[in-house]
Amino acid sequence: MKLKGAQIFFECLKKEGVDVIFGFPGGAVLDIYHEMARHNIRHILVRHEQGATHMADGYARASGRVGVCLVTSGPGATNTVTGIATANMDSVPIVVFTGQVPTPLIGDDAFQEVDIIGITRPCTKHSYLVRDVNDLPRVIKEAFYLARTGRPGPVVVDVPKDVVQAFADFKYPKKVDLPGYRPTVEAHAGQVKKAYQLIRKAKAPVIFAGGGIIISESSGELARLVKLIQAPVTCSLMGLGCFPATTPDRKGLRQPNPFWLGMLGMHGTYQANMAISHSDVIFAVGVRFDDRVTGKISTFAPKAKIVHVDVDPTSIGKNVEVDIPIVGDCKNALQQMIQLAEKEPIQDLAETRAPWLDQIAQWEKEHPLSYCAEGDLIKPQYVIEKIYEITGGDAIITTEVGQHQMWTAQFYKFDRPRTLLTSGGLGTMGYGFPAAIGAQVAFPDKLVIDIAGDGSIQMNIQELCTAVCNNIPVKVAIINNTYLGLPRQWQELFYEKDYTGSCLEGSPDFVKLAEAYGAVGLRAVRPEEVEPVLRKAFSIKSPVFMDFQVVAEENVYPIVPPGKCITEMLLA
Amino acid sequence: MIVTTDRRYTIGILVQNVPGVLARIVGLFSGRGYNIETVTAAETNEKGLTRITLVTTGDERVLSQIVKQLNKLVNIIKVYDFSETEFVDREMALIKVRAEQQTRAEVLRIVDIFRAKVVDVSPHYYTLEVTGNEGKIAAIVELLDQIGIEEIARTGKAALARSKKY
Repeated sequence: MKLKGAQIFFECLKKEGVDVIFGFPGGAVLDIYHEMARHNIRHILVRHEQGATHMADGYARASGRVGVCLVTSGPGATNTVTGIATANMDSVPIVVFTGQVPTPLIGDDAFQEVDIIGITRPCTKHSYLVRDVNDLPRVIKEAFYLARTGRPGPVVVDVPKDVVQAFADFKYPKKVDLPGYRPTVEAHAGQVKKAYQLIRKAKAPVIFAGGGIIISESSGELARLVKLIQAPVTCSLMGLGCFPATTPDRKGLRQPNPFWLGMLGMHGTYQANMAISHSDVIFAVGVRFDDRVTGKISTFAPKAKIVHVDVDPTSIGKNVEVDIPIVGDCKNALQQMIQLAEKEPIQDLAETRAPWLDQIAQWEKEHPLSYCAEGDLIKPQYVIEKIYEITGGDAIITTEVGQHQMWTAQFYKFDRPRTLLTSGGLGTMGYGFPAAIGAQVAFPDKLVIDIAGDGSIQMNIQELCTAVCNNIPVKVAIINNTYLGLPRQWQELFYEKDYTGSCLEGSPDFVKLAEAYGAVGLRAVRPEEVEPVLRKAFSIKSPVFMDFQVVAEENVYPIVPPGKCITEMLLA
Repeated sequence: MIVTTDRRYTIGILVQNVPGVLARIVGLFSGRGYNIETVTAAETNEKGLTRITLVTTGDERVLSQIVKQLNKLVNIIKVYDFSETEFVDREMALIKVRAEQQTRAEVLRIVDIFRAKVVDVSPHYYTLEVTGNEGKIAAIVELLDQIGIEEIARTGKAALARSKKY
């Protein structure tokens, strides 16, 4: 029996285990929407297609499953570009279905026609224009496979209207046939052994872990390896949560993890930047040495031999010269490394490592992360500390992009993977709120909090309607300083306090705005109001906006000025 | 930091012949700021496979990134850097050269020496076909330029590794 393309579309999604689609209809996808009611797949109607992509992204980062969105052709498709690029930079598995004008009209500048494959080619892992309904099952199978395997990423599938209207036999392929796509999973044993020998002999080793640990679900292996080689760990922003910042003491209270250095790089901790810069061996896993991490490349970790593990060979040797490259899945490489460490342990481990760990402790004591309380005014860092205190770290945190994001990375203690969802590579303002909605859809019973700025929350604020209408009870903590904080900080430090363009006076009343949308709005203007507002918000079973009116001109410290070595931190 | 000097590299790329594959390759080069000096593409004897030969310039780090980035493209089956192996390469040029009474004999002498061919004759022009490596093409172009080249069309380089199949 022949099925209509639109029905085949849903049969394929069911085969892939899709339970939710974030979408927005339009002419080119109405056949798919017309078919939707007959299938048991939840549809979250967004208010802007960018929101749909970030929701799919948040859903994917929180759950590890592939996020799916569905939009129409033309503007519907172009609105997804920022979300696709965000997912691409941070290796997030999403599949974006875009409607397209009927195949006979393609190329004629038809109404709502755009070459979305051409537009998204540089920011997708792969993309397809489906020209024949008979290709639809194979393409969807390949799209999901590509999105979630190897280094994950976004895949765009462009589906012309006549393709979903046409009929074909439905048979879902069992296997994919992609002769040009064979990611290396198994790390080269010889290289791993060489790397381990190097680490064994190291006097001052540092493990630099990133998002690859979270994606490959190898936090357990990382923790085990740290025990075995007694090396401290620092993370990229994307890696936060892959190694616990705290450990329970005998009474079960969370104490700082002695092997945890904090985040590395431009707004990294003093001890992390110093440790990397003085290390003799860096064991880098699932990172890509972004410029925000390395600072001035020519002065980065001058004494260190670098071992670099990544599933994506292009990440290795791209920004820094690597002594031992290892292409492969982080989990596989770590497992092999653990086997070696168990077989030939480091002699006198505690003694060997003690001077190095003491030195690091000394650095931390010299310049710990800190801020000064300011009487009657709320400090942004204080809000974030309180969020951590009240949740005990048992929440999914998303952020927008800016100062609040960096303070979150610094002052919230991430202990578990997939508890921080943040746009690291692309730095997309407006990411956090829809991502929180996506994460909440994946985990309806978890506390999901978007830590936002007053600037970035306004970039996708329309999704409050999505949250209210679908009863998705995300909590949004707006760190409201009436500025675009990071640009203002740079202007203060590097552009003679010329605040052109970064003042946000005239923003709406966020409490009233929340109420207008049918959500709850709360406000704190004094430090003692912070905790009650948070506790109240977390007890409400519906979306809440919290407006924390904080000190306007607070800076993120440490900061490594752009183009400087990461040891040249401004500390206050 | 890795500092090396720029060199020319010839890269062979075996791809699935699907829509947009050339756009993906060219887009990769323009998007990441790599150079393309020449590019040729045509189907091979194996159904659905196209062989592309691309000449680029860059330092070793750039070349290594180019090869890795190309390999990452889903429709690309194989990428090989010819500088690591023995290879043969040829390109073909069509050269329309001014051929008046007093220069015709000279043009024909050059054609003979370079084992080129006259493929079209008109009252004032010869169109020549010449095949060879880059050096040979450059040499004949230089000689003919003194007589007067009206137009030139070159295919760009096609290359194959010697003996071993890639």
